[in-house]
Amino acid sequence: MSHTAHHRPSAWYALPAFGFFGLFAVLPMILVVYLSFTEWRGLELPALTGTDNWSRLFGDPEAHASLWRTLLFTVLAWAAQTPIALLIGVWAAGRQRNRAVLSSLFFLPLLLSTAAIALLWQALLDPNFGVTQAAGGPLADLLFLGDPAIALYTVVFVLTWQYVPFHTLLYQAAARTIPASLYDAATIDGAGRFKQFWHITLPQLRYTVVTSSVLILVGTMTMFETVLILTGGGPGTATRILPLYMYETGFAGFEMGYASTMAVLLVLFGTALSLAVIRVTRFRKMSSQQEGL
Amino acid sequence: MTTQHVTRPPATPAGAPPRGGAAAPRRRRRLRTRPNLLAGALATLWLVVVAVPLYYMVASSLRERSEYLTAHPLSPPMSPTLENYQTVIEGGFLRYLVNNVVVTAATVGLVVALAVPAAYAIARSESRLVQRGFTLLLAGLAIPAQATIIPVYLMITRMNLYDSLTAIVLPTAAFALPVATLVLANSLRDVPKELYEAQAIDGAGSFRVLRHLVLPLARPAIVTISIFTALTAWNGFIFPLVLTQSEETRVLTLGLWNFQGQFGTNFPALLAAVTLSALPIFVLYLIGRRFLLSGLTAGFGK
Repeated sequence: MSHTAHHRPSAWYALPAFGFFGLFAVLPMILVVYLSFTEWRGLELPALTGTDNWSRLFGDPEAHASLWRTLLFTVLAWAAQTPIALLIGVWAAGRQRNRAVLSSLFFLPLLLSTAAIALLWQALLDPNFGVTQAAGGPLADLLFLGDPAIALYTVVFVLTWQYVPFHTLLYQAAARTIPASLYDAATIDGAGRFKQFWHITLPQLRYTVVTSSVLILVGTMTMFETVLILTGGGPGTATRILPLYMYETGFAGFEMGYASTMAVLLVLFGTALSLAVIRVTRFRKMSSQQEGL
Repeated sequence: MTTQHVTRPPATPAGAPPRGGAAAPRRRRRLRTRPNLLAGALATLWLVVVAVPLYYMVASSLRERSEYLTAHPLSPPMSPTLENYQTVIEGGFLRYLVNNVVVTAATVGLVVALAVPAAYAIARSESRLVQRGFTLLLAGLAIPAQATIIPVYLMITRMNLYDSLTAIVLPTAAFALPVATLVLANSLRDVPKELYEAQAIDGAGSFRVLRHLVLPLARPAIVTISIFTALTAWNGFIFPLVLTQSEETRVLTLGLWNFQGQFGTNFPALLAAVTLSALPIFVLYLIGRRFLLSGLTAGFGK
């Protein structure tokens, strides 16, 4: 008997983890699809109702409005976070002392929970005692959380404040792995800083851009904690994004079946969006390989 | 891949030359001394955006309530007081804190206990079942927790676990498991085959290999995944929100939200609670910044 077979771990070592994950993550994912075809009010057992929930979803103007808001919200969050995180991450990758000190401050929001950050910004933006109020000028007249026209943008800003540090970390780590020789060669060729960033840094960071973008897109599309605490979906329905509508339908209206339909829709949109990002960026990768990078 | 912040070899960063590093060739120093003004300005601006709210948070938490209503929000507190912290602690903060510690410790324990043997099997087993399971686990990275709250609620109520700390631990651990296993399996794959083979020649069974080879070698990765899991559990909001309701099972994040209703416009007390809730993690940041950051980006750092 050879010892190769003997000393290798048996599959049993992995089964508890797989079983546990299957039970509390994969099974719920399957169940939510099933539940979207049922009526379930939280008690009793779910009762199959065919495609009732789905036809209701397609005819529900509030669902359409909140889906549209979610897409806008997600795209805005991506467009705000990506350039800031990219630029600061590349900057923070520098080994200078002042950059190291500053970046340790940049990461501080990472230490706060979503709930803490939402409450902090609620205080900061309070129309009576907040910082924006005290700042005076045009800022003081704005109701950041109370004006339906700007509340959604305020939430995007708070999310940016919360998540830029995390993505900065990703970019910083990746930028530090770019070979210095690429920059030396470009400098000798007379390429300026902007050109170097565009032709060396950005192509070299493409995988990180994909990772970070997918995380932002899927994360923003499904998250509702910040909105729930900051605005509760208001004023009116100005910030009622689909995941929040799902939560309210399920846990305040006790229409768990209909809420599951929205959950499925969110997963579908999230997956489609991340696949789209990967597709688009793969195309870029090929073109930059042709340039010989 | 996750220890990159710790073991990254020095490399010249993008557009950011080390100014006059001792070993840098003269040529490079001459060519690249122009400071990057634009990036510096942006970074300084972002510093203000980050620092002002955090200063405000701490400063307001130290103000007397009457002062909060009249003073400029960014002025330093005139007579710093801890009375807001007292209000928070008397308002049930300690119970929430203990619940949070229990949930976090249990989640970390469960994840490490499940992920270590699984990662060992993934790195070393030739069983196709194991490799398929791993693929499924990685696909699970894409499952958003928010989308599963309704079926998880269904399962937890059926298991008679609703409104218990266990109810929070189970799904929280499940959603931390893919990243944890991925990070651990990657670190174990880097272990040279010869080490495993030497153990086999000594006649060690797989359990002894796990104890005497895998555990010591995987220690940095275990630290990383423990921090990642602990942060996830510590800051978790969704599962406590839908799986608990009474004060006895309230964790910190829900407690903070509850304070918002309880304190009304008593913002100094609310901000004291917010500050207190972040304090343990802030201490951790001071002690081991590198470890904390590696835990934060576990699995996603390229």
